[in-house]
Amino acid sequence: MEALVAIVIGVLTTCGVYLLLRERTYPVVLGLTLLSYAVNLFLFVTGRLVSGAPPVIAAGVRGHADPLPQALVLTAIVIGFAMTAFVVILALRARADLGSDHVDGGPQAAEERR
Amino acid sequence: MSHLAIGPVLLPFLAGLVLLLGERWPLAWQRALGLAATAGLWPLALSLLAAVADRGYQVYALGDWPPPFGIVLVADRLSALMVTLTAILALFALLYASRGTDAAGRHFHSLFQLQLFGLNGAFLTGDLFNLFVFFEVLLIASYALLLYGGGAARTRAGLHYVVLNLVGSSLFLIAAGLLYGVTGTLNLADLAVRVAALAPEDTALVRAGGLLLLVVFALKGALLPLHFWLPAAYCSASAPVAALFAVMTKVGVYAIIRVYTLVFGAGAGTLAGLAEAWLWPLALGTLMMGAVGVLGSRNLRRVAAYLVVISVGTLLAGVGLGTAPGLAASLYYLLHTTLLTGGLFLLADVIGRQRGEAGDALDPGVPFPHPLPPGLLFFGAAVAAAGMPPLSGYLGKLLLLQAALAAGQARWLWPVVLGGGLLTLMALGRAGSTLFWRRAPGPVADAAPPDAVALAAAGALILTSPLLAVLAGPVIALAQATAAQLADPASYVAAVLGSRVRP
Repeated sequence: MEALVAIVIGVLTTCGVYLLLRERTYPVVLGLTLLSYAVNLFLFVTGRLVSGAPPVIAAGVRGHADPLPQALVLTAIVIGFAMTAFVVILALRARADLGSDHVDGGPQAAEERR
Repeated sequence: MSHLAIGPVLLPFLAGLVLLLGERWPLAWQRALGLAATAGLWPLALSLLAAVADRGYQVYALGDWPPPFGIVLVADRLSALMVTLTAILALFALLYASRGTDAAGRHFHSLFQLQLFGLNGAFLTGDLFNLFVFFEVLLIASYALLLYGGGAARTRAGLHYVVLNLVGSSLFLIAAGLLYGVTGTLNLADLAVRVAALAPEDTALVRAGGLLLLVVFALKGALLPLHFWLPAAYCSASAPVAALFAVMTKVGVYAIIRVYTLVFGAGAGTLAGLAEAWLWPLALGTLMMGAVGVLGSRNLRRVAAYLVVISVGTLLAGVGLGTAPGLAASLYYLLHTTLLTGGLFLLADVIGRQRGEAGDALDPGVPFPHPLPPGLLFFGAAVAAAGMPPLSGYLGKLLLLQAALAAGQARWLWPVVLGGGLLTLMALGRAGSTLFWRRAPGPVADAAPPDAVALAAAGALILTSPLLAVLAGPVIALAQATAAQLADPASYVAAVLGSRVRP
């Protein structure tokens, strides 16, 4: 189970980083999303992988699921969601303002800067 | 339990919410409320500074949940100093914004207050995950403020800034997860205890987490390989926003000082001094890059932006020395440089409006009718920024050079700091003579005299430099007391975790 989760997180991160390095805004946004999925999964498993354990300490039960990472993941998901929404709108606006979906504003904008 | 520590967090939060509800109010009301809330931070910050000096750490357990289980706000001398600095800078930036910048769209005042909420929260929190949350609060407010007013240049710089900081946030979460996974806590004081008592087989993971945090903070603070976003972002933002952003890089510096003196400080066993070995060369490199950037800048705002890069390099060089005098020198320099670069951003805008079409570009422009007040302010700012006597930049650099000499690192720091100062002086001298003396042929521009309030806001920030020089004795004493407190992380831990036992 641990190996599977680790591989999943690794694959998500790899894909996320690859997409982040692309030159168009849409893959970059997707890369950010994949990266945040990987991070959320990672945060979730920092409480260790257990199944069927109570989330709070109960009498007569040894071992429990750590509730704190779950709370952290919820916070991270909410923040990540808001940020993704923001960056999508920003990417659309950049496409409108700069006339290109290149992350640097396209060859025309690069020409202007010079 | 005194409620003082939560004041600087609550006030801008509530003001921001009220302003959000009052989005259709006349602009004059919004300005009045925004300015009143920002001015209200002054007495709060100053009383916090006094309380911390008199009674030591102010620990505030939210909901009265005892640490390390609940979330705590901790005000020590460094936090109180940063909150005070933010309050001073913010009031003058907002005053400047109230002369027209805020009319370019809606929600400026609300966003400004939420930005202050994030900044003060980040300075006061005693919890690593809460630090992440407050970082996000101040970042999302800063995204909107950076883009405020619109335009292609802002959108382009904003896209880079947002994407970079989102990657930074992901790294922050990975680092926090690593530290939590190994130590089982996120409270900074408790982390310090657990890291000191770490089993040898766990140190590698904690080291990775600690260095990942350094990457995140270096990104916020614009340290060498991660500083490329800063000039474009700061140049394209509107002037008061850029002035407020002068304290944003200092959040990164603050977080570096906080985490690496407390959690990875002298008591952390094999992990002690984790960051210093990296900070020292990177800070010197940042300083050099900043100096080259200042020299190559073609408008005044870019000059100010590279001065921010230089200031980060200088500050972290002091931190990287790893000694209390080095830290004290950095803290004095931090006050000086934050207020000064903030003032310079405002002044660049004043000058740019005077020069009409030429703006703040360093090209000869047509003569403008009222050069004297901005000219004198620019001269003062240039003297202070280049570190020439008698203003505060000189004192800050002198303290740093002395600290380096005492730490035996003078042969690295002296040439870089002094050479950087020389390049800054050349760049500012050239900028001043181009802006004020070199004339393009043509009639005198018919610009209105600079707005008195806007000029006063820029002037007040720049005049803090002579003030810091006159009050150098008490301010340096304050910086030294702060550095001494940071050198004693055990007292921080005792203050936070000791409050578990309540009477």
